[in-house]
Amino acid sequence: MTATAHPDRNFKYWLVSPAIFLLLLIGLFPLAFSLVVSFMRITMLETDTSFAGLVNFTQLFKDSRLWGSLFHTALIIAIALPVELVLGLAMAYLFLDKMPGRQLFVSLLVLPTIISPIVAGATWRLLFDNRYGPINQILGWFAGHPVPALWTVNPNLVYPAIVFCEIWQWTPFMFLILLAALSNVDRSLTEAAEIDGARFWRSFRFIVLPAIWPVMAIAILIRGLDLFRIFDIIWALTEGGPGTMTETISIYTFVQGFRQFETSYTAAIAFLVIVLLTVIVTWAIRRMGLAK
Amino acid sequence: MSGLPFHRRHDVRLALRYVVAVALVLVFVFPIYWLFTMSFKTPDEIFAFPPVWYPRAIQFNNYRVLFKDGDAATVGNSLILATVSTFFAMIFGTVAAYSLARFKTGGENLAVWIISQRMMPPVAIVFPVFLFYVWLGWVDTYVGLIILYTAFSLPYVIWMMRGYIEDIPLELEESALVDGCTRWAVLWKVVLPMARSGLFATAVFTFVFAWNDFLFALVLTRTEVTTYTVQVTHYFGGQSNFWAKIAAMSVLGTIPVFVAVATMQRYLVRGISMGAVKG
Repeated sequence: MTATAHPDRNFKYWLVSPAIFLLLLIGLFPLAFSLVVSFMRITMLETDTSFAGLVNFTQLFKDSRLWGSLFHTALIIAIALPVELVLGLAMAYLFLDKMPGRQLFVSLLVLPTIISPIVAGATWRLLFDNRYGPINQILGWFAGHPVPALWTVNPNLVYPAIVFCEIWQWTPFMFLILLAALSNVDRSLTEAAEIDGARFWRSFRFIVLPAIWPVMAIAILIRGLDLFRIFDIIWALTEGGPGTMTETISIYTFVQGFRQFETSYTAAIAFLVIVLLTVIVTWAIRRMGLAK
Repeated sequence: MSGLPFHRRHDVRLALRYVVAVALVLVFVFPIYWLFTMSFKTPDEIFAFPPVWYPRAIQFNNYRVLFKDGDAATVGNSLILATVSTFFAMIFGTVAAYSLARFKTGGENLAVWIISQRMMPPVAIVFPVFLFYVWLGWVDTYVGLIILYTAFSLPYVIWMMRGYIEDIPLELEESALVDGCTRWAVLWKVVLPMARSGLFATAVFTFVFAWNDFLFALVLTRTEVTTYTVQVTHYFGGQSNFWAKIAAMSVLGTIPVFVAVATMQRYLVRGISMGAVKG
């Protein structure tokens, strides 16, 4: 039999087959399924499986709530990602040189990253409470009078609230990766202490940054993708409110599918999201020089 | 400061670094402190104005309620789902990674396709999967969620393990083959022991992904296999008297992860940095 004549040839396919089967089952099959459904008119009340043509897709372009949710997502990425990157880098520099107790500091600082995002959101919801939460209390000390800020309700404060929580949870992730990257750079180049500011910036710009860029680019990509799909923290803090003000694309898709039961339309949104993300990621990978 | 002698400047700098480090730790750890201490507070302390910064006495009433009502069982569900799916993802992922690393199975195209699966937003996956599972009768079952978690973790496991396996010298495997080992024996006795630290690091991260999941569990569970993350959100709502439960439930769900990460810590830092370098 060929199986015994060429054991290696089949062996390597046996090894990948369970993984590929699962990926097709969960990845490709539902994707194809949803593409078919997106051309129908199914809602939870109406199981009309006749083909509706492009109705759901033309609806996408007229749906201002959808574009709003994409804008909210972009807004959160645009604020949180640079802050996490810069703060994480600064923290990595702070702990780059050896100091007694460094390991303990690092271990404590990474704790937020390990916590479930839904718990992180819940925790900040408790912290942000206008009356019993400690944040308004602390702000009150500085202001000299009670601060009754409604962090998760006030339209001017909901984005800062979400972004604070997001930054708190994920800056340590950036910090840890960048600390590892910086540690691999030649020590004499990263010495910030003994050289003056101008020389520090020059060496950072032309020597350190190119050296850590491959790692940094991947960290940015990972965090960018995670921020694009942000759901848990917002669900815990605002559930997309007030109104639809903090509705991100993940929240909106969820609401359409599991609150409004617009089955076919949600399938169309899911398909749009996948296409959009594929385009952005491909562009980002090329742009960042990650493609081999 | 330029007038100071070198060693004095060095001391000042070190002191400043400590000040900043302590300030950072205060900011980043305070929310966790608040969550943990709230789980030990009495209702009077939780709803005190101005807020009480630490509980007067450690009391476990908030936890007792969770165990009495059976809510704490959701942590058990999370544990089963995360452990079993990590187990399968590690097995299927590692053998696939071995095939990709050593035989270049499917070439670069297969590898890129696999990692592109990781970029799919969960919300775009979960909707079609939900429709699929309704049809199969897999909603609110262990099987359904375990398969989903396993599949969702696979790209990560394959990607990481491929990097670790490529770092193992090929000569070791070749000499084992010459000695008459079968392919499977080589994988078991040579490759896996060599990739041990990579296996541990990858397994911990895979476990944490599944453990932290909220969206999949929110959509695909009802009452039978509710995870702790979904259970926490059941206490949200208009009435604020569920705060004690939110805090206690969150702590119950956080402790296993803290323990897993703490015991595996020495593998993790290497895992993160190597994984990032390898991409």
